[in-house]
Amino acid sequence: MARKASNTRKAVVTIAAWSIGFLIFFPILWIIILGFKSEGDAIKTPLQVLFSSWTLDSYYDVQARSNYARHFWNSVILSVGSTVLALAIAIPAAWSMAFVPGKRTKDLLMWMLSTKMMPAVGVLVPMYLLFRDFGLLDSRIGLVGVLTLINLPIVVWMLYTYFKEIPGEILEAARMDGASLKSEILYVLTPMAVPGIASTMLLNIILAWNEAFWTLQLTTSQAAPLTQFIASYSSPEGLFYAKLSAASTMAIAPILILGWFSQKQLVRGLTFGAVK
Amino acid sequence: MATAHSRTAARLMLSPAVILLLLWMIVPLGMTLYFSFLRYNLLMPGMETFVGFENYYYFVNQPAFWSALSNTLILVLGVLCITVVGGILLALLLDQPFWGQGIVRVLVIAPFFVMPTVSALVWKNMFMNPVNGMFAHMAKSLGLQPFDFLSHAPLASIILIVAWQWLPFATLILLTALQSLDREQQEAAEMDGAGWLPRFVYLTVPHLTRSITVVILIQTIFLLSVFAEILVTTNGGPGTASTNLTYLVYAQSLLNYDVGGGSAGGIIAVILANIVAIFLMRMIGKNLEA
Amino acid sequence: MGKITLNQVRKSFGEVDVIPGIDLTINEGEFVVFVGPSGCGKSTLLRLIAGLEDTSGGIIQIDGMDATDLPPAKRRLAMVFQSYALYPHMSVRKNIAFPLKMAGMDAAEQDKRVNHAAKILNLGAYLDRRPGQLSGGQRQRVAIGRAIVREPAAFLFDEPLSNLDAALRVSMRQEISELHQTLKTTMIYVTHDQVEAMTMADKIVVLNAGRIEQVGSPMDLYRSPANLFVAGFIGSPKMNLIDGAEAAKHDATTIGIRPEHITIGGDGPWEGVVGLSEHLGSDTFLKVNAGALGTLTVRASGEVMMHHGDTIRMAPQPGKILRFGADGNALA
Ligand SMILES: Nc1ncnc2c1ncn2[C@@H]1O[C@H](COP(=O)(O)OP(=O)(O)O)[C@@H](O)[C@H]1O
Ligand SMILES: [Mg+2]
Repeated sequence: MARKASNTRKAVVTIAAWSIGFLIFFPILWIIILGFKSEGDAIKTPLQVLFSSWTLDSYYDVQARSNYARHFWNSVILSVGSTVLALAIAIPAAWSMAFVPGKRTKDLLMWMLSTKMMPAVGVLVPMYLLFRDFGLLDSRIGLVGVLTLINLPIVVWMLYTYFKEIPGEILEAARMDGASLKSEILYVLTPMAVPGIASTMLLNIILAWNEAFWTLQLTTSQAAPLTQFIASYSSPEGLFYAKLSAASTMAIAPILILGWFSQKQLVRGLTFGAVK
Repeated sequence: MATAHSRTAARLMLSPAVILLLLWMIVPLGMTLYFSFLRYNLLMPGMETFVGFENYYYFVNQPAFWSALSNTLILVLGVLCITVVGGILLALLLDQPFWGQGIVRVLVIAPFFVMPTVSALVWKNMFMNPVNGMFAHMAKSLGLQPFDFLSHAPLASIILIVAWQWLPFATLILLTALQSLDREQQEAAEMDGAGWLPRFVYLTVPHLTRSITVVILIQTIFLLSVFAEILVTTNGGPGTASTNLTYLVYAQSLLNYDVGGGSAGGIIAVILANIVAIFLMRMIGKNLEA
Repeated sequence: MGKITLNQVRKSFGEVDVIPGIDLTINEGEFVVFVGPSGCGKSTLLRLIAGLEDTSGGIIQIDGMDATDLPPAKRRLAMVFQSYALYPHMSVRKNIAFPLKMAGMDAAEQDKRVNHAAKILNLGAYLDRRPGQLSGGQRQRVAIGRAIVREPAAFLFDEPLSNLDAALRVSMRQEISELHQTLKTTMIYVTHDQVEAMTMADKIVVLNAGRIEQVGSPMDLYRSPANLFVAGFIGSPKMNLIDGAEAAKHDATTIGIRPEHITIGGDGPWEGVVGLSEHLGSDTFLKVNAGALGTLTVRASGEVMMHHGDTIRMAPQPGKILRFGADGNALA
């Protein structure tokens, strides 16, 4: 009897949850669908859209305009580049704070966090002028640097919380076994922290990929990633629904897939370990 | 753990991160502060003069500032209300056992991974467009006049778009918190005869309070600087109806070339963000000790 | 190989003097146990010797050479940690070979030594497993294996058995003792368990609040503890300590008599009422309420049947009474 009641309840919850899930996901689903329609069909009423014929034309068009590939590669280079750079700087720093804590380690961590709180617009003008004067506007190098810096605090924090979970005795054992500092980090700490490092990396790539302040301000074409590419559709071109949808789908697909793998770590990373 | 040797090594390995962040903090922010006291226009280089607090005076006394300030607050509060309330309800729902939990979770989280320019454009064109948007089609099929969201309710439309992006974040964090609820504690309360409602009020709510605070604070930090969504939908308009502080500073410095005024605005934005940040840091700092 | 000398070694953490100054010589091949209550500084002292912590003062010599400022890797010491500290991402074989790899030894020699250690420790069947797939006792053996392959000047053990269950603890205790017999290498072993200390040590160092209370062989400490602290700490059940008039009769502030040195029956000078009695089969421990003398613990051998409430007479065995002065030190 109780069993049956709980099954009814489960069915109700299932219907409610799926409906809401579908509703929230719908805009994404809709652009995926529109991307496979012709421009003429894409602006019809929703039902007409659904039952119109499918085509890959928009994808061909977006590719043919050739700059999609460049923007895509810029996005890859910017997000992966800034992530690798941030990890290279953050792994030693997190090692230090997790395993050789001092009186001021906590303050230092909090300070690093506080740099993340600075609104970008507060430094927009000088950054723009510095980039202009050093010829870094619309360059990938400059932007990789900025993305590295804005995500560095998150990377240090995430790694720190992961490293804290590794018992210090294991590193001491390595030291007793004759490992140099380099071997200790390379052969013992890093392999043990691989899951943590991987999820930090994933989250950081996602954040860098979607970053839409500096990428919009500091690039125009050569170094412009997908955020800028899509923004260029805000002109009347945006009324080409099918092409906009195809381009958008290609811009978000890689990160949607990465994101689904990193749900759990996302929480920890974005709350600086406050919620695990 | 610590010997002089390892402490030296630690300091060495820590320094690149610290130095870089220090530079990143000090150099541009110092420059902003410096510019904010200059009359400095990009169209008239070499004509900079020191003007004291004049930039602040003019920045604050332009009508756009007050509307930007109130737009900023409305945007933050509006999105917070929708995402926190919606997030709690959704988290409670998704925490129940049902078929296909994993898939629904994935569907709900997805908007968070959509880049801001994409979500803004998609909402603007495919949904809110008064001619071809889905809402217009729906209105027409019901025999109603289509509503031009971005012209007549620009701020509310932007709130809707931003809330759609952030609802998954709130849901995800609150769901994680719910799932870390102590099952034994719940069972003990059940044995003690506590019904569903008392358990929710006395056990679940206090447990969630902390996560809700974290959600509010972190979202506030990000919401204070919403930019891309405004840039690609309304450009701050009509008039200044959807201009927030971030967008105003951008417009003043890079569209009007008024570096001094823009810098003053930037400093004001920093101060605003810091007020929020102080609360957030307290929370996280306390957590670090626990 | 394996002589360690501490000369006025000190350690403070900030304001707190954890070890105010220790002089100690550990001879080659000796099995030395540091024993003392929790928090007395045993681990700290061991870590100073290992080089995992810096000294705040004093000199540590290993085989006559000043090792005070050497990094741990250069001291030729091997350590077995309480948590075993195995590398979870490496197989047992790789774990044991790790110090050899760090020393740059060639693969063939590494293999030879690992196989040899595995044979001594009965680990042959597990060499390709990960530590996570082993039982507590097996992990402990891997940790020891990792220590012995290096052929160190001395082994350091920090409470290596405290994570094992009672039965396993006894057998591992014997294994470590046998290992010492085979290798004849200096071993320093930290424990808070005085039974481990008594059964394993050549030499026991009793520590209390960072100070050495006494150094000596197990029987030395048992027969003639230097002070009340050692008297109370060594031996199980605890020595009976009596002060007042009875002690004054022996010209002492406090006298001590071990439970096994009190004879029951006859016309002994002491009288008491049996309270609790614990029957272990081979022994019976009685808690006897002896009026002015306080509660005495008495060991009766075998199956003496005493019951709660029985009044008994007791006599201390001749020459077994230990006398202590007002400062707590033993009187000659
Ligand atoms: N890193 C440290 N910082 C501050 N105090 C410490 C540190 N390590 C140990 N102590 C203190 O030193 C004392 C001795 O600790 P320890 O050597 O671990 O004791 P034992 O191993 O005998 O139980 C304890 O009071 C402990 O609190
Ligand atoms: Mg200890």
